[in-house]
Order: sequence, then structure tokens, then C-alpha cells
Amino acid sequence: MKGRYELRFAGSGGQGVILASVIFAEAAVISGMKTVQSQAYGPEARGGVSKAETILSREPIWYSKVTAPDFLLALTQESLDSYSKTLAAGGLIMMDSSLRLPEGLDPAQVLSVPVLQTAREVVGKAFTANIVAVGAINKALGLFDGETLLEAVKRHIPAGTEDINRRALDAGAELISPEQAAAFARKWG
Amino acid sequence: MSKAVLMQGNEAAVEGAIAAGMRFFAGYPITPSTEIAEQSAVRLPQVGGKFIQMEDELASIAAVLGASAAGLKAMTATSGPGFSLMQENLGYGMMAEIPCVVVDVQRAGPSTGLATSPAQGDYMQARWGTHGDHPVIALSPSSVLETYTLIIRAFNLAEKYRTPVLFLMDEIVGHMREGVELPRPSDLIINQRKMSFHDGANKQCYYVPEGQYVPAMKPFGHGERYNITGNAHDESGFPTNSSEIAGKLVTRLLDKVEKNTGDIVRVEEYAMDDAETAIVCFGGTARAVMDAVLEARAAGKRVGMFRPVTVWPFPAGQLRARLPQLKRLLMVEHNHGQMLLEVQRAVGREKPVDFLGRVDGTVISPRDILDKLNEMEENGYAQ
Repeated sequence: MKGRYELRFAGSGGQGVILASVIFAEAAVISGMKTVQSQAYGPEARGGVSKAETILSREPIWYSKVTAPDFLLALTQESLDSYSKTLAAGGLIMMDSSLRLPEGLDPAQVLSVPVLQTAREVVGKAFTANIVAVGAINKALGLFDGETLLEAVKRHIPAGTEDINRRALDAGAELISPEQAAAFARKWG
Repeated sequence: MSKAVLMQGNEAAVEGAIAAGMRFFAGYPITPSTEIAEQSAVRLPQVGGKFIQMEDELASIAAVLGASAAGLKAMTATSGPGFSLMQENLGYGMMAEIPCVVVDVQRAGPSTGLATSPAQGDYMQARWGTHGDHPVIALSPSSVLETYTLIIRAFNLAEKYRTPVLFLMDEIVGHMREGVELPRPSDLIINQRKMSFHDGANKQCYYVPEGQYVPAMKPFGHGERYNITGNAHDESGFPTNSSEIAGKLVTRLLDKVEKNTGDIVRVEEYAMDDAETAIVCFGGTARAVMDAVLEARAAGKRVGMFRPVTVWPFPAGQLRARLPQLKRLLMVEHNHGQMLLEVQRAVGREKPVDFLGRVDGTVISPRDILDKLNEMEENGYAQ
């Protein structure tokens, strides 16, 4: 991995993008990497734009906010439209396939994935969308091994929900073809 | 597997407080401090402590003072709007000399402001929020690990000096998660308040031996009865109208902090040894300043960071000690210029002091600071 990666997770309040961001930070800690995780949201408990960020690094991290992320997950049109503008050069986007690709984006830097639909119809619970996304992101970017990621997920879910979250994680990974993973992993390298 | 754990700043405040011996928390949850109340509610019953959600912040600080007088190490946590409501009883705690820790996770104000956005606008309120001349100790952490270790110090200072200690966090640090390796419990230094048990010469509950500043505490609620009041009081704890006693009391309260700044005040310096430009900052702002200093150094500029960890009393002596080598200072803070006033007071007219602040709820970035340094350079540096 290069020195420092900045990941941004954006959606609407209640979709669990903060938890997705925390899980990657937890996986980083388990792997002995440096990480800083933070979030920004409005006063609403549900709805409104919610944004979370994870910085991964081999070196100490001081400034805790992301300015130009290397990766963006967008689960709503509003978050995609607004945050796709501030991507780092060569940055990658994973957007839910229900969204419209904003003008000016190079389709080669965008992975359109049916995260929300998979959570609803394959896993059977809409609220697992964030874990589906975690599985898909990790497969696409090749960040952590499966065991580390599963342990990170387990540390942040209620007891008794291990099975459904594991299914969500696997369902997410299956959304990414080996070709896509190879293409995206190259861009990280 | 790494020994580090992923922890949020607010969570570290609770874990540190419990390690310091906190066994009572009363509070009224408010963003961005809510996780401190949540985590206290989970953790305190596990260690035999008590958590109470109060009806408001006035009651929260009152309950904390009561619990502390009765013998427990106690804490509350809030943000700007709640901190405003706590000011009257904070002064009571200072006057009656009741140790406790009050956490203020600052958010953008004034009033309810921007509830979820960072700011450092309560710096002057921490010093002068409650009325009258009073002693203030306030500490401000800039990382998750430092939140843990520094809140232990906050409890220690509260116990040692028998006074409320303010723990001035901000949304940046409170809501940030980092991997931290916590110190082993056996490596921690934990102070307990000095107690007196109605024996010997010091029968009076506010008796202070000659040459000392802090009375030992008598257990309140069992044993001998005594009086606690916010009124000016004599050694017995009962109110007095004597101007002589009142004057001595307030002077002693101020002196117990001012005469012990060597013990209380801490700063962190980075790359200051040969620095010509000192960037002064505190709390979460230090994160951007560190990156700016590293980048400026990489470009060959002699820039360093001077960070008060104890923000009250302001470390004027430590800053003045750096003045001979400095050509200029830059104060960076998330407000409209509050610590700036203390820096200017310490520096006087000896060196130019520039300022970068923000009050819109967004975070000052390393780029903003580097741009400001460049602008100062292009302008030939203000004199």
C-alpha cells in the first residue's frame, strides 16, 4: 500500500455509513496500522447528509479530516453529487446502482454496485446495506483479509446478529467480479 | 495482532475518568458530548459507580458537587449551551472547594449554534464564565490517547487543589476515533483528596495550616456535621460578613492555583528548538498545525508548534521563555480570537502576533495554515 489512504463514506442519516467507516478503522487497528476515523452529520437522527471518513496509514496521522479522498462510497444521489467533486486525482467511487452518474465523471473511475437492493432482496434486511457495502469495498480495493474484516465487523454489531452480518459481508463481496477487483486494486497500488 | 484498541475521544474521556477513580456521573446528554453520558451509563454500574441522567445541566452540576462532597470522585459532561447553564454552580464548587471534573466538548456557538460542528469558542467562558474572582484550572487534549491520560490528570488536580477542573475538549477530538494503546493501570498515578477526620488541632472544616493553600476535606454526611456554602465563610464553613475573612478567603482560592502554576501548567512543544515562527494552538486544532509544521519544515522554514495543554492558567511564562528566539507568532484557533488575547498579553509589543481563526463550524486545514504562513511572508510580516 502507498503511504496514506483516505476513504469517505456518504449517505443519508440512518444508512449506517458511520459504522462502515468505523469497521475499516477497526480492521486497520487489528492489522497494526495507523488510523483516524471521524464523521460529520446534521442534527437529524434520520435523513440529512451523513459523511464519515477513515484515514489509513503506516505513518502517524495528525490532521484528522479528509480533504481529497482516494475512495468515495455514495449511497444517495445528494451525497454522490456533492462529494464526487472533491475526489483526489485518480480517486475511485463506489455508487449505489440506483443513482445517476454525475456529469463530468470518468466511468472508468466509478463502480456501480446494487448495494441497497442486495441488502433488501438477497440478505433480506435493508439495514444491512452498510455491511454489504463494507464487503464490496474490501473486495474491490483489496484492503484487508477476510478474517480481519469479519473480526472488525463482529466488534461493532449487537450479539445475535453475527449470521446476518456475515451473509451481508459475503453478499457484498460477491457483487465485485474478479476483473473489477483486479482493475480497482491496480489503481490503489 | 496489535494491542491497540479503536477508541473515540469521548469514550477515552470515560475510560480515563474511571481509571482515575470516577464513580459518579450526573449529566444531561448534548451533542457532541453525548457519548460520554452513554458510555458512563454503561461503564459505571460495572465498577460499582452511579450514573444519573438529570433533568437539566443545573441539576447535573449540583448532583456532581453533592456526590463529591459525600466522598466520590464525580464528573459531568456537556457542550456550550449546557456549560452556560452550569456556570453558577461551578462558582459554588470553586468557593466551597469541592473537587470535580466538568467536561465541555465544545461545538459551534453562540447559543445552540451548529450542534454537530467543531469550535473552540468556550475558551474565555472557561476562565470567566462564572462570576466573581475565582481560580480556574482547564486542560485541553488533542488526541484520543491524550484525552485518556489528561483526564486522569484533571481528576488528580481537582483532588489535590480541591477545585472543579474544566476539561476543554472539542468536537474534533471528541468524535474522532484512533487506535490507542492505553497505559497499564499500574503505571498510572492517581491522587486522592487529603482527608481530615475531626482529630487534633484542625477541628474546623476549612482550616488551612500556615503556608498551605488547600484545606483537608472532612467526610460530609457522616461523623461531625459541618456547613458548606457559596457565601463567604470562615474556617467553620459558616457565612461571614467580615471583609477581612472574605478577602483572605478569595485571595487564598486564587493563590492555590496561581502559586502552583509550576505544578499545574503543562505545554507541548514541537520543533521549537530553532523555530523563528511559533504556531500557538490548543486542543484538536493541533492536528492541522502538526501537519503544517511538518510541511513547512520540509520546505526549509523554521516553524514550530507551541501548544498549551493546560489552557488555564495560560502558560505565559513558558511562551515568554521562547520569545528571544522568535521573530513572530501565529495563533490558530477555532474561534474569533480568544487565546489570542492571552498570547498578546504575554508577548506584549515584543514580537508580532498574527491570527488565523474560524467561526463557521468547519475545520481549519493544514493548507489554510500554510497559506496563512505564506501570506505573512509575502506581506513582509506584520510589525
